[in-house]
Amino acid sequence: MSHTIKLKKGFNINLAGKAEKKLAECDQPETFALKPTDFTGILRPKVMVEVGDTVKAGTPLLFCKMMEEVKYCSPVSGEVVEIKRGEKRKLLEIKVLSDKKIVWQEFKKFTVSDIPKIEKEEAINQMLNSGVWPNIIQRPYGIVANPKETPKSIFISTFDTHPLAPDYDFACNGEENFFQAGVDILKKFTPGNIHVVLNGNGEVSPVFSRVKNAEIHSVSGKHPAGNVGVQIHHIDPIGKGDLVWTVNPYGVIQIGKLFLEGKYDASKIIALTGSEVKKPQYYKTYTGACINKFIENNVSDGEVRFVSGNVLTGEKIKSDGYLGFYHNQLTVIPEGHYSEFLGWILPTVKKLSFHKAFGLLSFLNSKDKEYVMDTNMNGEHRAFVQTGVFEEVTPMDILPTYLIKSILAEDYDDMEALGIYEMIEEDIALCEFVDVSKNNLQKILREGLELIKNS
Amino acid sequence: MKLIRNIFEKNKPLFEKGGKFEKLMPLFGTFETLFFVPDEVTPSRGVQIRDAVDLKRLMMTVIIAMVPCLVFGIWNVGYQHGLATGEIMSFGQQLWIGIVVVLPIIIVSYAAGLSVEFIFGIKKGHALNEGFLVSGMLIPLVLPPTIPLWQVALATVFAVLIGKEVFGGTGMNILNVALTARAFLYFAYPSQISGNVWTYLGDKTPIDGYTGATSLAIANEASVSRASGVVEALSNSNTVVSSDFFSFSNLFLGFIPGSIGETSALMALIGAAILILTGVGSWKIIVSVFGGAYLTGVLFNIIGANEFMLMPAHYHLVIGGLAFGAVFMATDPVTAAQTERGKWIYGILIGLLTVLIRVFNPAYPEGIMLAILLMNVFAPLIDFYVVKGNKQRRIQRATV
Repeated sequence: MSHTIKLKKGFNINLAGKAEKKLAECDQPETFALKPTDFTGILRPKVMVEVGDTVKAGTPLLFCKMMEEVKYCSPVSGEVVEIKRGEKRKLLEIKVLSDKKIVWQEFKKFTVSDIPKIEKEEAINQMLNSGVWPNIIQRPYGIVANPKETPKSIFISTFDTHPLAPDYDFACNGEENFFQAGVDILKKFTPGNIHVVLNGNGEVSPVFSRVKNAEIHSVSGKHPAGNVGVQIHHIDPIGKGDLVWTVNPYGVIQIGKLFLEGKYDASKIIALTGSEVKKPQYYKTYTGACINKFIENNVSDGEVRFVSGNVLTGEKIKSDGYLGFYHNQLTVIPEGHYSEFLGWILPTVKKLSFHKAFGLLSFLNSKDKEYVMDTNMNGEHRAFVQTGVFEEVTPMDILPTYLIKSILAEDYDDMEALGIYEMIEEDIALCEFVDVSKNNLQKILREGLELIKNS
Repeated sequence: MKLIRNIFEKNKPLFEKGGKFEKLMPLFGTFETLFFVPDEVTPSRGVQIRDAVDLKRLMMTVIIAMVPCLVFGIWNVGYQHGLATGEIMSFGQQLWIGIVVVLPIIIVSYAAGLSVEFIFGIKKGHALNEGFLVSGMLIPLVLPPTIPLWQVALATVFAVLIGKEVFGGTGMNILNVALTARAFLYFAYPSQISGNVWTYLGDKTPIDGYTGATSLAIANEASVSRASGVVEALSNSNTVVSSDFFSFSNLFLGFIPGSIGETSALMALIGAAILILTGVGSWKIIVSVFGGAYLTGVLFNIIGANEFMLMPAHYHLVIGGLAFGAVFMATDPVTAAQTERGKWIYGILIGLLTVLIRVFNPAYPEGIMLAILLMNVFAPLIDFYVVKGNKQRRIQRATV
């Protein structure tokens, strides 16, 4: 194993409501949904089913006309009950009423010893048609990978440092064969290395540390040490024209299962977290689960927000909403609809802050203190004033302030030169959190990425 | 608290779209947010939680850091008044004279600046930016206590209008607003901001042999006349008041005539401690301004071509407004260099230029003001090269 990359910059947001490492007993939700809005690259989705159709787990539900090969498939078997559209008929959700017992679409099954012999083309085809392909994300841009292209390397970050993020060691326990098979399949797609990045902050599960056929790294430090973008920056950075693919361990395991079991097994262990959850713990379910069953009698009274994903990069959903394709976590936090009297100057130890400006005393608390944070903006939008803070939470040789300003100025050359190819939303989310001027940096970054992509 | 909330709720419809005072919404919003942090929540995509910090708190931290300078400055106006007129005054009397002299200057500065800000806020439809809360306090502190109030108003309006709003408002300005105000007065009305203006006399006459000159002016004169060393000239000044009027400790503590808030290096250092501990002011800039000035002073000591050059280097740190400027003006995040490496270069050059101007330019005894303004202009250039370095590393990485 190579040496540990130690990152000094960053900030841990230690929230209350960590999931206990226990798998809860709970009925499966009745409905599951595929949301095209989860995939940044989908511009022209085309639905392949109609309401009333019966589907198996692994039956294609839609594809994007820009990249027709990639099929987005049903995570469970059952009946298509609703195709929900929003303004201008924008496709929002395809809902499937799940069977009690899942029926699988059958794909070709291989033994462990057969896997090295599978041809690249065959592997790609099976993945494209079964629904596991969208697990592969392409950098730059953070979009679903194009199967026709060849990345210079593939990265798998085996830990998540976001607030209250699920513990992958726990969630992927016992899946080592599938993980290894997934890595072996991915190896076919790149002439370079598969980089498996381990958590340098503590013990690591053998599922990840004993993986073969890959280069193993270790990264330690505060959040965003677990972000794959940060790891790429330090191990095999992306320049202009470079392509790198990333897959999270859940996806790698799904790929492994597709080949070893011959089915699109979208089952996964998700974490139910947040200060407003009575019993935060883990649940076994499938991609795109409706959250209603998990939160039943399990959430505190009062106005709360359900977040699919974590509080830095997630998305607000309704109490009968669905988890996103890439989300392995549901976070429930209080809404912040209140006006605090003189809240901009009163001293506080309760409110977490990266800053130490007058009255912000959270830095005096012990490092283990868990905070309850709500959705209040804690201030108003302003022009950029403070400098040097984004750099303190970005453990990369990147100047976020200048990058953001180049995007606002739509200066293509500068965006490129300042490293826009190395970032997606999650890599700038912490800057957005600490921003004194309350800008929506993730949104701005995405606009910049779109400009570059379409140029 | 509930009462105040109710007042705002009751009157809000008047200012909302379609209301009677729709156009004054920015004004209403400013007052409302002064009392209450808005109930706005994070959008459905992006970060769902936000840090507790906001710009108001940041700016208030700077104002709090200025309080030692302000309070000391107010008292010192009265104290200097007593020394100059020979009047025996109690601490309370000294403080009272200071308040009577300084408070109107502060009020005029805020009133003039905020009026301009409000007009622009209403015109552009945004709430008042907090930036002026700091500038409005800085302006009085860098002016002499005898400054006519109409000049305060004029300079403030000029600084906010030409120094800031024409560039797009807070966050977009190139020059430090408070220093723009002072520079305006310096060049437009030099007689009210140089010479014997540093001590408030009121309608009284000074005692015989009293000189109201600042330490910088004395040092400059000594250097030009070549009569004696700077330290000697300082110790020979105002001996009618006390034998150690311009001693190093008095210069450091600030019991000397000068701009209202600038005389005490100690108070500026307390402010620096607050800014550095809270992380609001860049310690790199503060340290590098002092360091740059001191090293330049040492270098000049070695060269020793004139008397001012021979002045011990540490005197440079306590005379004039260097300490105040380094702590409160140079650290203005909008006009300073914005890259971390750039901040070192920016600060060192301010220190260097300050001493350079002091020693070689008899027309402008105070160097810090011009040094900071000049470096404000050059800060984007410094940043340009630091950012270029970052871009260069990315290109090199790709070709290796």
